[in-house]
Amino acid sequence: MYTQSLNGTPTDSDLSQDDREALVRFQARIDRDEKIEPNDWMPAAYRKTLVRQISQHAHSEVIGMQPEGAWLSRAPTLKRKGVLMAKIQDEAGHGLYLYSAAETLGVARSDLVDQLLSGKAKYSSIFNYPTLNWADLGAVGWLVDGAAIMNQIPLCRCSYGPYARAMIRVCKEESFHQRQGYELISDMANGTPEQHQMAQDALDRWWWPALMMFGPSDKDSAHSSKSMQWKIKRFTNDELRQKFIDATVPQGDRIGLKLPDPDLKWNASEGHYDYGEIDWEEFKRVLNGDGPCNVERMEIRTAAHENGAWVREAAAAHAEK
Amino acid sequence: MLQSDWPLYEVFIRGRNGLSHKHAGSLHAADSKMALENARDVYTRRAEGTSIWVVPSVEITASDPADKAAFFEPTADKIYRHPTFYKVPDGVENM
Ligand SMILES: [Fe+2]
Ligand SMILES: [Fe+2]
Repeated sequence: MYTQSLNGTPTDSDLSQDDREALVRFQARIDRDEKIEPNDWMPAAYRKTLVRQISQHAHSEVIGMQPEGAWLSRAPTLKRKGVLMAKIQDEAGHGLYLYSAAETLGVARSDLVDQLLSGKAKYSSIFNYPTLNWADLGAVGWLVDGAAIMNQIPLCRCSYGPYARAMIRVCKEESFHQRQGYELISDMANGTPEQHQMAQDALDRWWWPALMMFGPSDKDSAHSSKSMQWKIKRFTNDELRQKFIDATVPQGDRIGLKLPDPDLKWNASEGHYDYGEIDWEEFKRVLNGDGPCNVERMEIRTAAHENGAWVREAAAAHAEK
Repeated sequence: MLQSDWPLYEVFIRGRNGLSHKHAGSLHAADSKMALENARDVYTRRAEGTSIWVVPSVEITASDPADKAAFFEPTADKIYRHPTFYKVPDGVENM
């Protein structure tokens, strides 16, 4: 998902006896579904996992403004422009809620920003794809925000209080994002043949990258079990991906668009849609910096940060007076 | 690129007339005026508030979770502070 690059399992070796007892008490709290709050004792690995996950999530929200920002000046109507602006502002807000949640774990905002700008931190692979035509904005809202919602709803029950509360806020706002996207792409799908073709083209390009948002397949994702035990995660990557596919197929049918997967078919005995093989090589490539837009995204983010430096300096100088 | 962050503020919002302010989140700002304006922009984009407080986070004194048991213990055994502790005969109303 927005934190799909998390890897490596933290180990519990090198623990003292006290730590071990604290760990048992900690797990018992998690098992009772108690929320862990910033000043509570927590294992170092739990803190580290959360900092990484929450900050990657925040970076994704921030970078995620760019594919849509690219269309702000080209929105076809004033209404669409207003909607798009509102959505992009929401994403900036999501970034803020998440950075704030990460900071409760004892990291500095400036360090997190540095990690993003230096390329040390990852963000979701999905935002390294270009938005080529106006229908892409519909596909992004419908599929990308739709996949985000699928991932974020269980995060509202995450064991770490500040993250869970941030997710509740985010989810409330996110459903507008998905609905406006679906409305946009269905208007195009029901428009002229050319518009319909643009909608189908957008869907063809965004479908597979959207499925990759849920991260590696369960058999390849080592970190999952610890996160599940700590109730940071409630469902595995593949479970969420399957839920998303099952929810989305009928939505595509309803507006006369065809999902670009010849292997997609209803499996009555499983009660799920079967789907084709995801190109995991592409996923790895894009996540590790070699997608269509990685360089551009980082250039724009860095320029925005540097061009804003004088504003931050002026505000600091003003505050000192 | 390293630069220190602006001070952190906690944001409290009164959702509706008559309700108390409730913690909504936090943000960094150069001063309290900027904190207030940014809080409006990020925490009340959908008319979630009719009043905002911003408080520098460093000004908040919090109870220590490690002392939670001892700190709150005195109330645990005083169940007679609750109305349900008392028996009232059947048929007695308006109480
Ligand atoms: Fe978002
Ligand atoms: Fe969104």
